[in-house]
Amino acid sequence: MALRLLVGTRKGLFRIERTGEGGWDLAGAWFLGDPVSAVLCEPGAQRIHAALDLGHFGVKLRRSEDGGGTWSEAPVPTFPPKPEGFEDKDPMRGLDLPWTTRLIWSLEAGGPGELWCGVIPGGLFRSLDGGETWALIRPLWDDPRRQKWMGGGYDFAGIHSILVDPRDPGHVTLGVSVGGVWTTRDAGASWRLIGTGLRNAYMPPGMEGDPLSQDPHRIVHCPSAPDRLWMQHHNGIFLSDDTGESWRELTEVPPSSFGFAVAVHPRDPDTAWFVPATKDEQRIPVDARLVVTRTRDGGGSFELLSRGLPAGPAYDLVYRHALAIAADGQHLAFGSTTGSLWVSEDQGDTWQTLSNHLPPIACVRFEG
Amino acid sequence: MTTLSFTPNLRRHVATPDAVVQGATVGQVLERYFEVNPRVRGYVLDDQGAVRPHVAIFLNREPIRDRSRLSDLVADDAEIFVVQALTGG
Repeated sequence: MALRLLVGTRKGLFRIERTGEGGWDLAGAWFLGDPVSAVLCEPGAQRIHAALDLGHFGVKLRRSEDGGGTWSEAPVPTFPPKPEGFEDKDPMRGLDLPWTTRLIWSLEAGGPGELWCGVIPGGLFRSLDGGETWALIRPLWDDPRRQKWMGGGYDFAGIHSILVDPRDPGHVTLGVSVGGVWTTRDAGASWRLIGTGLRNAYMPPGMEGDPLSQDPHRIVHCPSAPDRLWMQHHNGIFLSDDTGESWRELTEVPPSSFGFAVAVHPRDPDTAWFVPATKDEQRIPVDARLVVTRTRDGGGSFELLSRGLPAGPAYDLVYRHALAIAADGQHLAFGSTTGSLWVSEDQGDTWQTLSNHLPPIACVRFEG
Repeated sequence: MTTLSFTPNLRRHVATPDAVVQGATVGQVLERYFEVNPRVRGYVLDDQGAVRPHVAIFLNREPIRDRSRLSDLVADDAEIFVVQALTGG
């Protein structure tokens, strides 16, 4: 099958497909006009899940069983009734925390039929029937430390990264903005807050290393060496060799260690890509020059990759789910808030522009 | 009996046929409607059963008062209209 890419945007879901001649064509467009916040193509299946944010009318899930040919409405993860009199407030502003799914921010497949879904305002949901029913993971939601999670770019905290250990689907690790790194070894029954070595410079003195106050922007793991995690953190780039228990910060990464997205090679845990930006008030490419950075030696050194990217000033920001690598380890793609989409067929050495005219891009994912 | 109708803006997402429904409160009228049209619930109400922040419910041309418990009383021959609460420009 041709290599395919799903692109979730502010105005719909698009499929870009590689043609036999080495070009890339728009091969599908769905939900035009509706924001798409997350997309999941189940491995080895024709089943695709797309999360929509309809604004006035709430968050929805659409599911296709035939690779995008037809779509139907699927049940949405919803919160249970909030107990009468229970005080649950955002810790920074004292606002009542809504027990309502505001945004589906992450969707991942676990064991057979198992799906995980991370949402704003901080709920983690699990389905054991392919998304027909969802259950809030209460042990995490009811943990009193959850009430200390803070909003990052959104009003309330959210779960953006869900790493299911390919060796053990009961071992799941989460990245929370802003609430640190959490892990379970029993499929959600119990949780530990982990992350020694992380550092959040914007916290008050003495709190920089508090695991609960960490602001991971995105965490990925290497599927063939899942002890190795890479994190793009608000405060820099970190890596872990023990499934997130402890982290090492990489400093002096050119041109900036600020950004949102990270991708790791599926078989080489030492090779990872980032899309840096000026930290953190501006959030545009450093000196308006768009580059991708790559390390091949576990963060010992970084290359700046720009061949095929705009030569002139560019103000593209790449969101946390908008950089992806294909299972072949060769193809990468990333999309920006200004609606540009690029693909590389050689691990980032060269890039080709697929479009400069898409709606703002929230997420990209290779199919298969 | 209460006549219940919805903004046409919902039709591209979900079928919302007009209906004549019985109920003593706005909540009861909506519940009866959702029994027949279960998909519509999540478009109008949030996870806690309150009206979504950017949805408005008009009862006889007046916005309902109780948006969380939907307790506004409904008289015979009432009309309920569910619309987008447009905000911004």
